[in-house]
Amino acid sequence: MNNKKSSRPNGLKKAVVRLLGNPKTQGLAIPLFSILVSLAAVSLMVMLFGKNPIDVFKSIMQGSGVLPKAAYASKKGMLTDFMAMLGILTPMIFAALAVAVAFKTGLFNIGVSGQMMISAFAASITVGYSSLPSVIAKPLVILIGIAVGALAGGIIGYLKYRFNVNEVVSSIMLNYIFANLTSFFINSYFINPVSRQSRYISQASRLSIANFEAFGLKMDLPLAFILTIPTAFFVKYLFDRTRLGYELKAVGLNRNASKYAGMNVGKNIVLAMTVSGALAGIAGVTYYMGYFSSIQPKVLSDLGFDAIAVSLLGNSNPIGIIFSSLLITIISRGSNYMSSSVGLQQEIAQVITGLILLFTACGVYIRYRVNILKEELEDEKRELKKEGGQE
Amino acid sequence: MDTVIIDGLSFAIPLFIIAIGGIYSEKSGVINLALEGLLGVGAFTGSVAFLFFNRLGFESMPLSFLITFGFAFLGAGIFAMLHGLLCIRFKANQVISGVVINILAMALTTFLTSQINALVLGKPSNKFILNVSSKFTVPVISKIPLIGAIFTDVYVFMPIIIFISLFAWYLLYKTTFGLRLRACGDNPHAVDAAGADVGKIRFSSVVISGALAGIGGMAFAYSITASYSPSIYSGYGYLAIAALIFGNWKILPTLGACMLFGFTRSGGYKIAQLLGFSSAFSDVIMTLPYLFTLILLMFFSSNNKAPLALGEIYDKGKR
Repeated sequence: MNNKKSSRPNGLKKAVVRLLGNPKTQGLAIPLFSILVSLAAVSLMVMLFGKNPIDVFKSIMQGSGVLPKAAYASKKGMLTDFMAMLGILTPMIFAALAVAVAFKTGLFNIGVSGQMMISAFAASITVGYSSLPSVIAKPLVILIGIAVGALAGGIIGYLKYRFNVNEVVSSIMLNYIFANLTSFFINSYFINPVSRQSRYISQASRLSIANFEAFGLKMDLPLAFILTIPTAFFVKYLFDRTRLGYELKAVGLNRNASKYAGMNVGKNIVLAMTVSGALAGIAGVTYYMGYFSSIQPKVLSDLGFDAIAVSLLGNSNPIGIIFSSLLITIISRGSNYMSSSVGLQQEIAQVITGLILLFTACGVYIRYRVNILKEELEDEKRELKKEGGQE
Repeated sequence: MDTVIIDGLSFAIPLFIIAIGGIYSEKSGVINLALEGLLGVGAFTGSVAFLFFNRLGFESMPLSFLITFGFAFLGAGIFAMLHGLLCIRFKANQVISGVVINILAMALTTFLTSQINALVLGKPSNKFILNVSSKFTVPVISKIPLIGAIFTDVYVFMPIIIFISLFAWYLLYKTTFGLRLRACGDNPHAVDAAGADVGKIRFSSVVISGALAGIGGMAFAYSITASYSPSIYSGYGYLAIAALIFGNWKILPTLGACMLFGFTRSGGYKIAQLLGFSSAFSDVIMTLPYLFTLILLMFFSSNNKAPLALGEIYDKGKR
């Protein structure tokens, strides 16, 4: 036996299969393994630039408030950074959930960015510039975000159901329409001439409390974060336990079979896009009216596009999405501090994000190779037994 | 009217070549969200070549112009190999891979641009200044009213792109390779049974896809912005995807969709200019192309059908 496969040392094979081969734990073990491989690749790249990879990872975690920095300015601390990270994590989770709901139904919502912008714009001009007290304003902002987002998503679903308009095209078109329309209104009526952005919304309507003081530190408290985990569990419940979720998944897996089984495919498509849009709407208000407090006209956020990859990295599983969002947000949030403290350009942090996504995207391949290894091992065992029996 | 046609064409043709790139990839069954990143990489490598030739003092050579396009073609083609490798060899989810390519393309080109600028010019600027491509006017034909505008003030790269797109059309619809490519997108098992290698065909279509997108990106850099900067990533790749889906994954209807985008865009600017609107109001005008497209889509989508195996990872054992 001189072929390549059996020349691999048997011990390594066994170790790999033991670590990654158990079908029960594969769902967690393989993504973790690919993240480790990607971190190794990132370390190699960082060393090429002549920097210490441990410093880089450490400063990224410090910048996003997961590890303490060496020194802080007055009234700032690890908690300040951590809260800021949660502030951007909140819209990321909602946006990734929006992508996931559509994806499970076999639809691709590439218009999350546009839906975010239009719902935040609607909430800004109705509540953001009013003088409502915060008890009314904050819930109202979220409700308007949900309603407008749901409407924007629903349009895409309706066009798909009624006219067979491909949802990718209609969402891209709507992205441009929303971006241009809001840009016109902001530039004409709501502009802050200094920052070239929309005027700041009232503190009462903002979804995070700016300069909140606790433990002698100042921080922006992202209130909407408390909604993320219940929402993720709600989406999980919807898909795992309800009839609607079952129908949505069935439509995603096979449209014709669902139709044959008596499901109303059109209704389900519209519903899925409406829910997806509603989630994108919450992402919009928590992004523009929580983390920020104004809208930059005409520029669609990258967050809505990155959410696509984050959602798929979490395997479109709501609980997985919480963790994948956390990972990607920590890196993007910590990149600022990393670039100033280690002296690598900020773009390198994006490369790191890209590399992590790249390796985790190969999870299917790793599983495929591990399962081949496993079969080989089992074959060898069987052969050994056979030989033993003959002697 | 003439300027509407001239400007419309100079937007539509580069968009068209990017969309053809998308068609190549998607017809073979590989979703290509990476067009946005690939066109940027093409523009980047082309611009670096331009900068290099400028340094050597070759910029006046007419050939150097062609060579920059050659570099855009090669650079984006090579970068697209990553997408092919991920989607085909490593069975990655094609959507994730596309987004990853976009993220990497933006980050790497921005990083390298400032590094090269710091190294060569001594200042860390994030853009390369290019010349606007020279234009020409065909002598006699351009005098014909209306149609003549098509032959007036044509960017030099336009005939090149049209020539390449003709060749791309021929390759896709009239050759064995094209037939197999299209079959890979609808029924890869049949291609396998016929004795061709699905992985190889898909890989080469993804590479062609990137190379064509690179040419389009370079054309945008030479015309609209007259420079290479991160602003090249302003969504033209996604627009090209919209155009090719509107065109039902076929080259000729896609040309129509690109023309529609081009002319409504230039027409909108012209109207805003004629009526003397403020720049803010021109944003409203700029929603018209997309609104118009949405309305047209309602009428023309009933036969819209993606390639059957689009997005599926090819698995030999699966039936």
